[in-house]
Amino acid sequence: MGDKKEDKAIEKRFDQKMRKERMKKVGYFFVSFAIVLFVWEMCRALGLVNPKLFPSVLAVGKSFVTMSRDGSLQTHMYASFMRVLVGFSVGIVLAIIFGFLIGWFQVVRLLIDPVINFFRSLPPIALIPLMIIFFGIGETPKIIVLIYASFFPALVVIYQSIVSLDPIYIRAGRTLGATDMEIFRRIILPQLVPHIITACRVSLGVCWATLVAAELIAAQKGIGAMMVEAQNFFQMAPLVLGIVMIGAISLIMDGIVRAVERRVTAWQEKLS
Amino acid sequence: MQKGIVIDHIHMTYTGIAGSFTALEDINLTIEPREFICIVGPSGCGKTTLLNILAGFIDPTSGHVYIDDREIREPGPDRGVVFQQYAVFPWLTVRQNVEFGCTLSANRRSSDETCRTIDHFIELVGLKNFEDSYPKELSGGMKQRVAIARAYAVNPDVLLMDEPFGALDAQTRQFMQESLLKILDQEKKTVFFVTHGVEEATFLASRVVIMSTNPGRIREVIPVEIPYPREAGIKTTPEFIRIRADIEKVVREEFQKQKDRSSNG
Repeated sequence: MGDKKEDKAIEKRFDQKMRKERMKKVGYFFVSFAIVLFVWEMCRALGLVNPKLFPSVLAVGKSFVTMSRDGSLQTHMYASFMRVLVGFSVGIVLAIIFGFLIGWFQVVRLLIDPVINFFRSLPPIALIPLMIIFFGIGETPKIIVLIYASFFPALVVIYQSIVSLDPIYIRAGRTLGATDMEIFRRIILPQLVPHIITACRVSLGVCWATLVAAELIAAQKGIGAMMVEAQNFFQMAPLVLGIVMIGAISLIMDGIVRAVERRVTAWQEKLS
Repeated sequence: MQKGIVIDHIHMTYTGIAGSFTALEDINLTIEPREFICIVGPSGCGKTTLLNILAGFIDPTSGHVYIDDREIREPGPDRGVVFQQYAVFPWLTVRQNVEFGCTLSANRRSSDETCRTIDHFIELVGLKNFEDSYPKELSGGMKQRVAIARAYAVNPDVLLMDEPFGALDAQTRQFMQESLLKILDQEKKTVFFVTHGVEEATFLASRVVIMSTNPGRIREVIPVEIPYPREAGIKTTPEFIRIRADIEKVVREEFQKQKDRSSNG
């Protein structure tokens, strides 16, 4: 069929175009950060910021190299990373369970909604003093704050997605003879996956944002701790390095989740 | 073995804040095996409600529906449903959609008639080259064909179709009407088809049931004595035009009644 060959050729041209577009995007990404670095240095050179207070790009770079060499950067990153991982994972799993219960059973939703709205508006940071009193200054209070930070945004995304499930697919499943379990596993769950991934993105973001605050609960290790130590000893380069690291890691993790999202939601009809 | 449908004194009343609304009043109809019944009528006359009762999605206020002496209470693979919105699972390919019913526990235990080669059904609806495509890559007509193949694959006794071609353009609709008759020619089923289109009903059905609205009742049943197989060409024959005009007349009366009532009420 000549049509099919033509289709394949069109598809190939389209793929090439997409690849070019993506490379362009990567190019712009690097250029825009290069501009930021340039502006940074210019501000220092022109005295718009106090050059003593504001480290140069080079100084931050040196700090990065030094701390990587002596392993301290890795130790800090690992500590932060593990805390976020645990906080995020537990938060997401709880959000899926409760999100389902709230979305599926109206009674549960009516009971819990007001409470959820209250805690949703309460920033995780506000809980820190309480956590210290309850749990002391070990890992527990930090992890709890991170679990709290990732739980609520994910919860809302998930229960909204359940409430907005199109009942027609469930009807179609029933009329083909599906049992309740089969409907749940093979009709409801696949529809929720894209929303769960969205919830993951939101949760990860909030988690990283809360990390420094969480590590203010007397931490020795962790990027936030590294920054507090730098603050105490007035070492600007490690401080700014900490900011850059948190931003960079957050960006990378979001990128990874987005890549997973693209693959898993290939079947969806999207606007663009 | 093909099964017929008996609709026995079906009533459906909704009670709400504005009082009660009778969607269906004393519906009685016997559908012979392999008959093609089309239901037409103005909007809100209860055609889709009746289909939903036959499908088992809702319970009637009173009355019974039997398929071959067995009463219907719940949805099941013995009655395939084709929805107006296709309801084809977007996260599955064409092939996975069509074989979906066969992978369910209810159908794996069934008779050997069920779940003959999926390829057969995909070919039957003319989607042989699109097995691995996702619904988002298909046109409306193609999606509907996937829905039909999916319903067929679990070998239902009855096909319930709720304005399945309503969302398609005129050309595609014509094509789908002919395709459906061709498919039925090869694999006969009892069909209950809800539609707004009088021409469509006349073309497809062996009998056309005209409903009135508020309350929803069967106003008249008009047989279409044109032999199968039918092609698009018959739409211009005098016989077809006469029958269609008869049906059209009654439907328009009902439509007018509904309009008068709503402007007075």
